[in-house]
Amino acid sequence: MIPIIKITNREKITPAHQMMTLLFSIMAGLFAIGLIFLAFGVNPVFAMMKIFTGSFGSMYGIKETVTKAIPLILIGVGLAIAFRAKFWNIGAESQLLMGAIFGTWVGLNWGPHLPAPMIIPLMFLAGFIGGALWGLIPAFLKIRFSINEVISTLMMNYICAEFLTFLIVGPWKGKTKFGFPYTDDLPASAILGVIPGSRIHYVTLIVALLVVFILGVIIYKTRFGYEVRVIGENPEAARYAGIDFFRTTLIIMAISGGVAGLAGVGEVAGIHHYLSYPASISSGYGFTAIIVAWLAKLNPFFVIVAGIFFAGILVGGDAIQISLGLPAATVQIFNGTLLVFLIMGDYFLKHRITFKNNRMPHGEPDPQ
Amino acid sequence: MEDLIVSVAQRTLIAGTPLLIGTIGEVICERSGILNLGVEGVMSIGAVAAFVVTFYTQNLWLGLMAAVLAGMLISIIHAVASVSLQSNQVVSGLALTMLGLGISSLAGKPYVGKSLTEKMNTVAIPFLSDIPILGKILFVQSPFFYMAIVLALAAWFILENTELGIKIRSTGENPKATEAQGINVSLIRYGCILVGGGFSGMAGANLSISYSKLWIEGMTAGRGWIVIALTIFALWNPMRAMIGAFLFGGIFVMQYLLQPLGISPSLLAMLPYMATLLVLVMIGIKDSKKLNAPAMLGEPYKRGER
Repeated sequence: MIPIIKITNREKITPAHQMMTLLFSIMAGLFAIGLIFLAFGVNPVFAMMKIFTGSFGSMYGIKETVTKAIPLILIGVGLAIAFRAKFWNIGAESQLLMGAIFGTWVGLNWGPHLPAPMIIPLMFLAGFIGGALWGLIPAFLKIRFSINEVISTLMMNYICAEFLTFLIVGPWKGKTKFGFPYTDDLPASAILGVIPGSRIHYVTLIVALLVVFILGVIIYKTRFGYEVRVIGENPEAARYAGIDFFRTTLIIMAISGGVAGLAGVGEVAGIHHYLSYPASISSGYGFTAIIVAWLAKLNPFFVIVAGIFFAGILVGGDAIQISLGLPAATVQIFNGTLLVFLIMGDYFLKHRITFKNNRMPHGEPDPQ
Repeated sequence: MEDLIVSVAQRTLIAGTPLLIGTIGEVICERSGILNLGVEGVMSIGAVAAFVVTFYTQNLWLGLMAAVLAGMLISIIHAVASVSLQSNQVVSGLALTMLGLGISSLAGKPYVGKSLTEKMNTVAIPFLSDIPILGKILFVQSPFFYMAIVLALAAWFILENTELGIKIRSTGENPKATEAQGINVSLIRYGCILVGGGFSGMAGANLSISYSKLWIEGMTAGRGWIVIALTIFALWNPMRAMIGAFLFGGIFVMQYLLQPLGISPSLLAMLPYMATLLVLVMIGIKDSKKLNAPAMLGEPYKRGER
């Protein structure tokens, strides 16, 4: 009585089916994370409850979740587009930092002379340019020297983090910071307002939603978006259709890096108000956003939901760090495990698996 | 002066050893057609496994074995995802890195700042170590160095000169034709991923019980990614991997040599990453067709499909 497993391609995939697979993948992933916690002596039920109540269970948690969703949505939507064009941008972390560096420079140098309505758009523009330039380097390296972008973007993460550290302990070190490795505070006109009683810097939130809308329209309604989708779905066909890979890659990476740069300006001008160590400016948003994009199935609009979901995990992760004394990188377990289960879910979405009992392959009765 | 040269050369080889071990593993894996971007995560798993087991058993060799085993076990995830489920290997490798980094910091949390009573000490090879200058550089080294050299030679020999090597290489070049020869492509790929994982685990052990004897979170510090770049630099050849790994070892050591000159430590810390990019650019300038990359690297293989 050996059950025979038969795997066939699924002909049609309905949205309902997709939804079910997604939910099941997340549930299975959470279960696996629970097992990992259990293996390290952390009560999984308590940890999961704590994550949920910490993020969505109180007004404070919800406000923090929205705050952390801002950079995740911005970066996630940029990555969704890059991944669609089959460009594996793993460097959003440093594209964010480059945006923060450019934005801070404009804020510190021009802020004292300009009113808020002028300086804030200029900072976001500078941040976009910073992130875009940093994102264009790996695109150029790939086109010109066929360098794998996963490696180049990652190496650039390390380079940029060291560069930022160099700036804050060296030439940019603030005179008012008592020797700490921070820049001076941004002038008042360069600081973003927050919703009272929270850390939600609403200007960046609005920028993020606008970016989602604009990129959503570009992807689904323009010729350029169509080309990007063809590259993602059928690179062979894209080649035959004469789609210019180089041009698309450059534009995609300018956008993807640029919006990560916007997130960097938001973090500095909205939350920290000065530049400090790379790890405190971005607690791995560039990496978490990779899973945000994947969870959203590379759909710009779904990125909003996925971004809020993962922001909740980050906030809940902070809560269990404090109450259970776990290291900050614990949240990587969430990221990694959920990503594994999401890609595995894709397989079961594309294939039908049936079990057959009591039958030999040729339809003869089981010898038993 | 002679002492300085010997010390710099020794430290270059020490810094290059974990890179070499990791690169051999990734070369084997990629030769079978599987891109494994999980090296950084698997290395950290190996590092924590070696440290914790050594901490309790006081036996460095048990620690090393635990690291190899842990590296193989965690790599099963990538094998299932990329071979059985034909998933995207880039995403699956990234997931493995995140998971590995997370688990290693969770598992290592109670040991932060703790130290082993002893680390894998240098072993002087009799007679050979008496050779002037070269003897001290090459034959007064940690066992990891000797093992890395032997493993690199063995991997090269197996890949280039044995039937198993031919099977592995043809799996990476043309899985369909290989399957037609009656070779189980999935089995070869599973095997290569697990062996690669074992090497990454060993590289992690090198860091935590030989390079240092303190547990520091994130001690792999991007070496796993450098390994992936070195695999390209080595043109998928374990012998060339030796050159690349020790070249990079030299760059790690240069950071400390240049520090007294008053250059910012942050700028010096960029060196290995800048060098990685530079090396890739130099390879890219050459004709890319001569690169000799496995033809089906990163492409999922589905049995019975045309």
